Parts: sequence; C-alpha cells; structure tokens
Amino acid sequence: MSTLLVVAELNGASLTDSTGELVAAAKSVAADGDEIVVAVMSDDPSTAAASAAGLGANRVLTVQHEALAEMGAGGFEAPVAAVTAISANLNPSTIFLSKSDFGSNVGPRVAARVGGGFAQDCVGMSSAGNGRLSVTRPVYGGNALAEYAFVGDGVQVLTVRPTIFDPASGDGGSPIESFDAPADIGNVSARLVETVAEESQGVRLEDADVVISGGRGLGGPEPFEQLQALADVLGGALGASRAACDAGWIDHSHQIGLTGKSVSPNVYITFGISGASQHMAGCSGSKVIVAVNKDADANIFKDARFGVVGDWANVLEGFRATVDDLSAS
Amino acid sequence: MRASGSRGEILATKIAVCVKQVPDPDTPPSAFNVDEAAKRVVPPAGTPPVVNGFDLNATEAALLLKDAAGGVDVEVTIIAVGSEFVMDVVKRPLSMGADELVLVDDPSLENLDAFATARVLAKTIENQGPFDIVLCGRQASDWDNGHVPLVLSEMLGLPCVSFARNIQITDSGVRVERSLTDGYQVVEAPLPAVITVTNELGEPRYPTLRGIMAATRKTPTTLTLDDIGVVDGDVAASLELTRLYVPESERNVEIISGDDEVEAGRQLALRLREENLI
Repeated sequence: MSTLLVVAELNGASLTDSTGELVAAAKSVAADGDEIVVAVMSDDPSTAAASAAGLGANRVLTVQHEALAEMGAGGFEAPVAAVTAISANLNPSTIFLSKSDFGSNVGPRVAARVGGGFAQDCVGMSSAGNGRLSVTRPVYGGNALAEYAFVGDGVQVLTVRPTIFDPASGDGGSPIESFDAPADIGNVSARLVETVAEESQGVRLEDADVVISGGRGLGGPEPFEQLQALADVLGGALGASRAACDAGWIDHSHQIGLTGKSVSPNVYITFGISGASQHMAGCSGSKVIVAVNKDADANIFKDARFGVVGDWANVLEGFRATVDDLSAS
Repeated sequence: MRASGSRGEILATKIAVCVKQVPDPDTPPSAFNVDEAAKRVVPPAGTPPVVNGFDLNATEAALLLKDAAGGVDVEVTIIAVGSEFVMDVVKRPLSMGADELVLVDDPSLENLDAFATARVLAKTIENQGPFDIVLCGRQASDWDNGHVPLVLSEMLGLPCVSFARNIQITDSGVRVERSLTDGYQVVEAPLPAVITVTNELGEPRYPTLRGIMAATRKTPTTLTLDDIGVVDGDVAASLELTRLYVPESERNVEIISGDDEVEAGRQLALRLREENLI
C-alpha cells in the first residue's frame, strides 16, 4: 500500500481543472488500498480545498501561509518547501504535478530535495508493480515518444500534460485536514514584485473556436495584419509559430507551441506553417486542423484534415473573399 | 559565492552560461530517424549538431549584461558537458562574444539523465567558480526535460528564476522579467542565482567576423570527470529510458483544389462552412 500525492494548482482562490486531471492520473495507476492525497497550498486554501474534496481522493491536506500566495510565484521556494515537508511526512511513492509554470518549477526542485526521480510532461503512465511507474513523454519537440522507468526506490515526481486525463470526480466529500507549514517556509530569497497581464485584444486564444495562425512562410509582419483581420471577421483569434514571433513579425503573446500557448479550437487554420512537432504540440487539441502551404510534403499535412497546396497570399485572397460573401449573405 | 571583493573594490561580475550540443531541431520530421534498438536519435547524414537554441538565448542574455556594463567588468564563461563535441559548433557562443569556454568531455556523458547532468554541471561550476549568475536555456530541444537548471539550483543551494525575458543587475541582486503565457512577472532575487532564459528575450546576435577570428584563437579548457571530482555515485540514473520510437501518424488530409490558388482558397472556405467550422 502506498500514498500518491497530488499537488493541487490554484488560480486565485479557485482550483484549476488540471487538479482533477492529476487525481485522475493518480487513480489510473493506483493499486487497491493505495491512498490518494491532494495537497492544497495557499494563503487562503479554504475555497479550493472544498472543491478538491469533491475529486474522489482519500483526503485533502491544506497548507496555509502568506508565502504561498499566488502559488509562491517568483522563485516558487515556499511551495517547494511545503511539498518537501508533506513528502517527508507521508513518504509517498509518487508526487503528481501539472505541466504548468508552477509544476515545472516546483517538481524538479522537490525531486532534488527528497532524493527522487523526475519525469516532465508525461502523456501516459502505467504501473510496473510495487508502486513503481513507467511513464511516456514526448521528446525531440514531439518527434518521438520516450518511455521511462523510475529506477531505485526514491520518490517518483512527475508533471502531467494538461488535458490528457479527464478530470476525476467523486461522490461525497473527502475529509479535509490541515498540515502545518514548515518553519522555514517564509524564508524566501527570490520575490515576486508584480504580475503584469498582457492580454491580447479580442477573443482569448485559449478560448477561441477559430484560430488563424501564421508561420515563417509568410515572410514578414504585414501578412499577420491580414490574418488578424480574417480572425476578427470569423470571431476568432490570431496565433503564430515561434519562428514568426522570434523574427519579430508578431508579438510573442501569439506564440503557439510546446513553449507557447496551447489552443483547442474547433478549427485551427494555418498559413505558411510547416508543422514542426514543437508547434503541433500547442495545437494538437484542435478538432480540425487546416493547412495552407506551398510545400505538398510539409509535415502540417500529416495532421491536417483539410489542406490547400499553394501560395498563402493567393489562397488567403480567395478564402477571405468567400468568407466576406458568406457573412454578407 | 559572489565574486565581488570584501573591501568594497569592484571585481568583475562572473557569469556562467550552461550550453548543450544537440541534434539540429530544424531537421524536417521526414528526415527524423530513431534507432529503436540503441534507443537513440540518428541525425541525417551531413547535418551537424547545433548549440541548443534556448542556450544561445542564454548566451545573448549574458552578452546583454556585458553590453549594459559597457563591455567591461563582466566575464562570460560558457560551460558545456557532453561528448563528441564539434568544435565549430560549441565555439559559437565564443564567436558571439563570450570570454571563455569550458568543456567537460567524457563518453559516459552522452546518456546521462537530467539529475546526473545537473550534478556534473554543479561540480564544474564549483570547480570554475565562484560565479555571480548561472544562466541556462529554459529547456533543451533534444529531451525537452527543462529541469536541469532547477535541479542544478538545488545542488548549488541557490534561488532559481525561470523563463527570463529580461535581466537587469541591481544594487541588491537581479531584477528579472519572467515570461508567462499571458504576460510577465517581475521577480527580484539576490545573487548568486540560477536564471533560465526563454526565446522571448530576443534573437541571439550573429557572430561578427572579428568574433569568429577571436574564437578561433581561443583554446577551450577541457576537463575530465576526475578533474571536477565526479565519482560514480554522482551520476547514477534516476530514470531509465526503456523505449524510444516515432509515433505513427496516418496522413488523412482532404486536399482542396481549384482552377487556380485563389479559387482553391474560395473552395476551402466553402468546404469549412459546409462542415460548420466557420
């Protein structure tokens, strides 16, 4: 019998969907008799803890301290200290975090402190018996998949890619217990001064039903104005490849991919994007991908449902004209 | 660990930049091959490796700090651990303007996991330091782990600020803008510190002819694991790679055409409307 520790993620005072996904991941590898514990850490954990109690875990632990405000953003030293203390107390076999800013910063440091192994961005996992796990994670920008086994008997720390698991739910409420914050938790050296939102105007990329996206093939900044105009007409949002952002043609707030935003629209329409795996990692949740590229062998056509082989400018001209006709009729 | 002197004299700010030689990530997926038996990626013939892209962003961050200081009193040391280094490749940060290159070259380093890599880097940094700032790219384009810098910070006992898009040295340490998907955070940390750098910092500068000439003349410091005091237990794996493969994907695309490309665009819009997608 072992303990599986899920580290909850909060947005303000609320629990994120990813926490339910982590509980589902834990359940997928839990053996009979294993205990799933959700840790909720915040300056005010009560609201999130109440939500976490509905996820079907065995119990919920709350850690309350002002250094845990905004999930300890800045250097994440307070949550690292808190998870380490919980781990020392529960001696879990596995610690689950989300592949997020928080999880990818906290997980590795916790693993280093508790003497465990760490696996980033897991998209699959299975039990290898005795509480040991085998995990699958994309590597080489998503070009390949790698399977790993945790070696030895240290704590297995991992981050789980969002949206891979459907959020868990449970009947009734799990008991909520408080856990004393470690004495050194306020001893933080890297401090958050301020968080500055740079929301792009119009529809949020993450919420958009239609995303129009452009890449290196567009050749400059001006085409992105045409794509933005098309996105506006369709009530959608504008995305871009990292190459286009790095070239300065479009702001990085539009970057889609492994290290940018992840989008999941009904339709993701690309112009001049070759479809490098690290880009596709950010749009693979789209229901339908549409490719416009002059290279018929471009990788994007492997993932696309509909495609046109041709110069983006000509195709966009016809596409836009018909969109205007359709919206006028 | 801060290199500044105790009696108020200003010593140089010493910056270490950790870089990794990786297979070229711009290899088209059609040319991407895995040797499943050996569990390794086989680069296409004639495609040389490159310095990991985010590590060049980290190099750029170091050089911007040097520029901000007027080019003096900042020393930038590039540290790479690995094997089969291609000298023209790993010298690129030197040709961009870095001062020194330290290579830890050992065949056993090719298959190290991230924890062991962090251990070797930590020992190298202790051997070559003290450093005021340790810069790393946010993740490497081969294994996409992104946790070596964080584990390294734990081993060095330093704070870690990740995803920097702007770094300023202040009287009390550093002020870092860390990139978020919807904006940024301003974080202040004392030095020494580990900072990871993201592509939002800006494109790495191109080497100048003068920089390339200067890099050609520089001889890297080459260290062995013995030199830095790494013993077997330091590089024990915590994860074992059991399988490496390319996922199958079936091409299932409906190619839409027309009399010309403009007409194809028109037909595409009609087809998407038919599917209620727009």
